[in-house]
Amino acid sequence: MNVEKQWQTICHKDDLVTHAGVCALLKNEQQIALFKINDDEVYAISNWDPAGNANVLYRGIIGDNKGDFFVASPLYKQRFLLNSGKCLDDETLAVNNYDTRIYEEQVQVLVA
Amino acid sequence: MKSQISTNIKQKIVVVGNGMVGHHFVEQLSDNNMFDITVLSAESRLAYDRVHLSEYFGGKTAEDLALTTPENYESLGVNFQLNAKVTNIDKSAKFVTTESGDTYTYDKLILATGSFPFVPPIPGKERDHCLVYRTIDDLDAIQASANKGKVGVVVGGGLLGLEAANALKQLGLETHVVEFAPQLMGVQLDKAGGQLLRSMIEDLGVTVHTEKATKIIVDGQTSVHRMEFADGSHLETDLILFSAGIRPYDNLAREFDLALGERGGIVVDNSCKTSDENIYAIGECALWNNFIYGLVAPGYNMAKAAASHISGGDLQFTGADMSTKLKLMGVEVGSIGDAHAKTPGAQCYTYENQPDNIYKKIVVSQDGKTLLGAVLVGDTSEYDSLLQYALNGIELPESPDALILPSSSGEKPTLGVDALPDSATICSCLNVTKGDIIAAIDCGAIDVGEVKSSTKASTGCGGCTALLKNVTDNELAKRGVEVSTDICQHFAYSRIELFHIIKAEKIKTFADLIAKHGNEHAKLGCEICKPAVGSILSSVWNDYILQNDHLPLQDTNDAYLGNMQKDGTYSVVPRMPGGEVTPDKLIVIGEIAKEYNLYTKITGGQRIDLFGARIDQLPPIWERLIAAGMETGHAYGKSLRTVKSCVGSTWCRYGVQDSMSMAIFLENRYKGLRSPHKIKFAVSGCTRECAEAQSKDIGIIATENGWNLYVSGNGGMKPRHGDLFATDLDDETLVKYIDRYLMFYVRTADRLQRTSVWLESLEGGLSYMQSVVIDDHLKVCDELEKQMADVVATYQCEWKTTVESPEQLKRFRQFVNSADSDKNIEFVTEREQIRPARDEEKNYQGQVIHSLDITNAGITSLSITEKA
Repeated sequence: MNVEKQWQTICHKDDLVTHAGVCALLKNEQQIALFKINDDEVYAISNWDPAGNANVLYRGIIGDNKGDFFVASPLYKQRFLLNSGKCLDDETLAVNNYDTRIYEEQVQVLVA
Repeated sequence: MKSQISTNIKQKIVVVGNGMVGHHFVEQLSDNNMFDITVLSAESRLAYDRVHLSEYFGGKTAEDLALTTPENYESLGVNFQLNAKVTNIDKSAKFVTTESGDTYTYDKLILATGSFPFVPPIPGKERDHCLVYRTIDDLDAIQASANKGKVGVVVGGGLLGLEAANALKQLGLETHVVEFAPQLMGVQLDKAGGQLLRSMIEDLGVTVHTEKATKIIVDGQTSVHRMEFADGSHLETDLILFSAGIRPYDNLAREFDLALGERGGIVVDNSCKTSDENIYAIGECALWNNFIYGLVAPGYNMAKAAASHISGGDLQFTGADMSTKLKLMGVEVGSIGDAHAKTPGAQCYTYENQPDNIYKKIVVSQDGKTLLGAVLVGDTSEYDSLLQYALNGIELPESPDALILPSSSGEKPTLGVDALPDSATICSCLNVTKGDIIAAIDCGAIDVGEVKSSTKASTGCGGCTALLKNVTDNELAKRGVEVSTDICQHFAYSRIELFHIIKAEKIKTFADLIAKHGNEHAKLGCEICKPAVGSILSSVWNDYILQNDHLPLQDTNDAYLGNMQKDGTYSVVPRMPGGEVTPDKLIVIGEIAKEYNLYTKITGGQRIDLFGARIDQLPPIWERLIAAGMETGHAYGKSLRTVKSCVGSTWCRYGVQDSMSMAIFLENRYKGLRSPHKIKFAVSGCTRECAEAQSKDIGIIATENGWNLYVSGNGGMKPRHGDLFATDLDDETLVKYIDRYLMFYVRTADRLQRTSVWLESLEGGLSYMQSVVIDDHLKVCDELEKQMADVVATYQCEWKTTVESPEQLKRFRQFVNSADSDKNIEFVTEREQIRPARDEEKNYQGQVIHSLDITNAGITSLSITEKA
């Protein structure tokens, strides 16, 4: 069965921190980590660190590798790509990622 | 009785025994899907790491030691039976029978039954509390026995016996080693080496008795047993561990008529095949060339040879080098090849350093050209290069003794890695040769990291890391690849170069630096360069580290001014200069810990750590601490941690200077200084050194005339005694020298380099630093002092600044859109305090968590804890 994805409003765009992460709770209680690169570029991935088994990814350092943005887990430093959720250091690891947009100054993510 | 009938075309492989070698064989063969593998183990658990068995008493569990799991074997498609002792082999019908009567047919049978400890035929050896040291079950029995006794004896002073003695010592027993021969480790060491090892082990509190033959074991008068020796003396003990060598477990071969050696062991050829076409033997039960290899690495090679032969390959086992390097109770011991100089015409060079407990000997051939063997006790740093000389027959330098002499007595000849043949083993754990490394580079590996991940070299014990780097860098250089010192892909500069750029061009932000000096495609930077630059900016300009420009540079500990724990909570450490704290402040800390239900522990740096604070609890906790007159302890920062101290002349009968006041002054002076790595100080009030200053980055010991300054000591992973830098300093000179030393370190060290490694990496080392700091050889002392004065003058308590800023406080919350807290954070109670719940203890739905409240070893009671 295909579930229709919908835009869920998370917070005001000023609640984000440039070049750093914040965490938000989806309606289904899932935690997501939101990262702002600049006003037009916001990424969302799951906040759960599958290597460290804790909800901490939003507190990691973000950076770029060969043109792609990533966050490095604050626990054991694995890097997860913000646009796909893939782990650069361990191909058995990955996290969910979500589409985002700014709509009437609100940050929204596309959720199933 | 059930029986199995072959129904598919896969070859049926039955492996008897699931020790390290048996398991390694299974791993080799399960790689390709051509075999139907069944493992029969007499033990109650699957393969585990016997090499590190003694760590079981150091806190490791059976799970930690396990090499595999039932799930892993299932996923590999390997059948296995535990508690399945094989009692019968039918060679002609090709099946085995276990004790319970089950039968298993085979096409190829592998005997990996290992060995058992030899117990000398001493009357009384069957008494209770007479044990052996081989399996996890043995360890459980030893533990149970040790709980009841005070004294333990190991019979056997070989390698395994000393491991066992270490285990008894860890269990808190008064430990003795009884050896029949005149010296310890007689196989690997010569007389002088054995003597030094003995005295070092005795210094650690283990009593060694040599030339003792035990005649009989009878009831003791003060302990459980009395061991009576042939020379008329005796020893009383509660526990006896026999560790007098191993014997091959070859009874199956004996009963079912496979060829055996004169003194036991199943005879095998170069493919590890026995006298029966379809039966192989590997590991410690196998006898190759009339020799039993009691080490794991040759066993692994036998497993590989057998697996290869069965799969149609041609890998052979052609013997193994028995050289060893290990640490026994912290004493480094190494033995290579002909350690006893038995080769005709062999000549020896020895070096003995009694004050430092070092003994080294090399054995060279008559013509002085090849290295035959070596003995190293107390310092094995030359082991790797000596082993390469010995194994590869590399021609020795003109004065071979230079290889083992201390470097201060002249230039030490370095073994050019070019001299190594391609067949030279670089990583003996994973059996990676120089040729393998070259192949990896030819396939595109361009740095040590990539060579490591493609060859797996240096992923075992890690002892070959330096050699691996040497070989890799050398090969890359030969191919014209420049070995980069760039900090990361975003900057073509090292940390030191970045430091100079930032200072010279007065750069104040990361954005400015990356725009002007970053590589072409650099955008954000990364987890390597950002914290490094953040630290440099802070050392040079000392701005608030959480201001907008700097915040994204900080590692999470700095970004939230706390130490992140495994569950995402933080620990809180207020500063207590010199470890001094008033009762009033202690009460406030206690009240806070109680109110927020924080786990409370004293740190090694003489202060208090409060664990389990959620991110949103950090600001209110710090408001309270600051209101009570405390400030941040920078426990989260790469910066000054603590200045440990004794009370010195203020209270102590022996103190000769006021170490307390000096410690507090120094901690307040350097607190907040961001540096390449953390920095620890200590000040001792007299030469008794109660503050352990010689293990600190900066150590100060009081003398009748002032202060002795020690530098670049280290505890932790790689302990290093501090070097005596200057003596009898007055207060002012002491502080001046520390200012200069620290600031020079901050400027010139690599990222995450402690002062110990930094000093050793500087050309000229200690004497160079003395010329810089004391004689101002570089004419930079004024500048260093001025820079330190700037840092001291601009100190701020980061937590005070943070709790006063409403904008900052917004960041200290779990969710930007909810006041909830992270439901994954759960605690249970242990010893009356919280600790993070383990996975199996977590309960997402319910309101209570059931957990074991472990109040006393062995006594457990069930308690119910309200969820925090």
